[in-house]
Amino acid sequence: MIWSSWSEFIEMGGYAGFVWWSYGVTVVFMVGEVVLLSKRKRTIIQRLGRFIRADRSKRNAE
Amino acid sequence: MAKSRFWLYFSSPKTFYPFSGKLIPWCVGVAAVLMAVGLYMGLLVTPPDYRMGDSYRIIYIHVPAVWMSMIIYMVMAGWAAVGLIWNVKLAEMMAGALAPTGAIFTVIGLWTGALWGRPTWGAYWVWDARLTTYLVMLFLYMGYIALRSAIDDPRRASKASALLAIVGGINVPIIYFSVKWWNTLHQPFTVAPGQESKIDPTMLWTMMIMVIAFWAYTLAVSLIRVRCDILEREKNSSWVAELLQGSSAGNKQ
Repeated sequence: MIWSSWSEFIEMGGYAGFVWWSYGVTVVFMVGEVVLLSKRKRTIIQRLGRFIRADRSKRNAE
Repeated sequence: MAKSRFWLYFSSPKTFYPFSGKLIPWCVGVAAVLMAVGLYMGLLVTPPDYRMGDSYRIIYIHVPAVWMSMIIYMVMAGWAAVGLIWNVKLAEMMAGALAPTGAIFTVIGLWTGALWGRPTWGAYWVWDARLTTYLVMLFLYMGYIALRSAIDDPRRASKASALLAIVGGINVPIIYFSVKWWNTLHQPFTVAPGQESKIDPTMLWTMMIMVIAFWAYTLAVSLIRVRCDILEREKNSSWVAELLQGSSAGNKQ
């Protein structure tokens, strides 16, 4: 550990704005990609599942 | 003969879907562990740079993001070419699944580069060779994604966008060698194959850990995305029907 205090860590040797905006935006993009992707996957599985069940019950009725 | 059957086996979406599903948890695990280690090393353990102070810590995300964005472009163009030449549907889907992640890493590369450029060079942006050719890659990614989604028929969309990806591939070596060919503000190679590295070993190791973490992340998200594309494109096939019926009844996945 190279920092002696929490506030020294936050200050980043005077470059806090540059360092934290870099890391922050990177985290937002990467976490955002994962969240949107898992949402998309869930929607597809639900939608296709419904579609397939409806198709099967229609075929059974015929 | 056996070899060609091996490739045929994995190029079928039906066998690729469960196989890739087993790979994803491993990629996620490796990415999460290595990112935690890399961030801990990069922000808490490695010493400040003697000239740039603590602003250099941006390197731990800038370099991995930029490398990945260029590697993803080459892999994407490679899959696009395989899809175009041998008419392999799975290769076309792989190319499409890589593009959004590549574009995201390009945006991260530009953003972190600007925030590192300001304290180091005194400017967020300059129109020099390295930065301009890299910006062109973002436009290529965006053009590729836009062209793909503009054509309704997925086979035709893949073929048209594959050409764009392949022709645009010429830009990647230009980005890479730009610091050698032209006088630019961007520094020349610090780490390159066949030459001794010019940075401190702890810093280099931390950066490499982040590079591997970004690799694993890319594998994980592109596999998840290609599985979504497979389900959508194969929704009328019997194996998808069986899979989803099993999953909705047993609540698996």
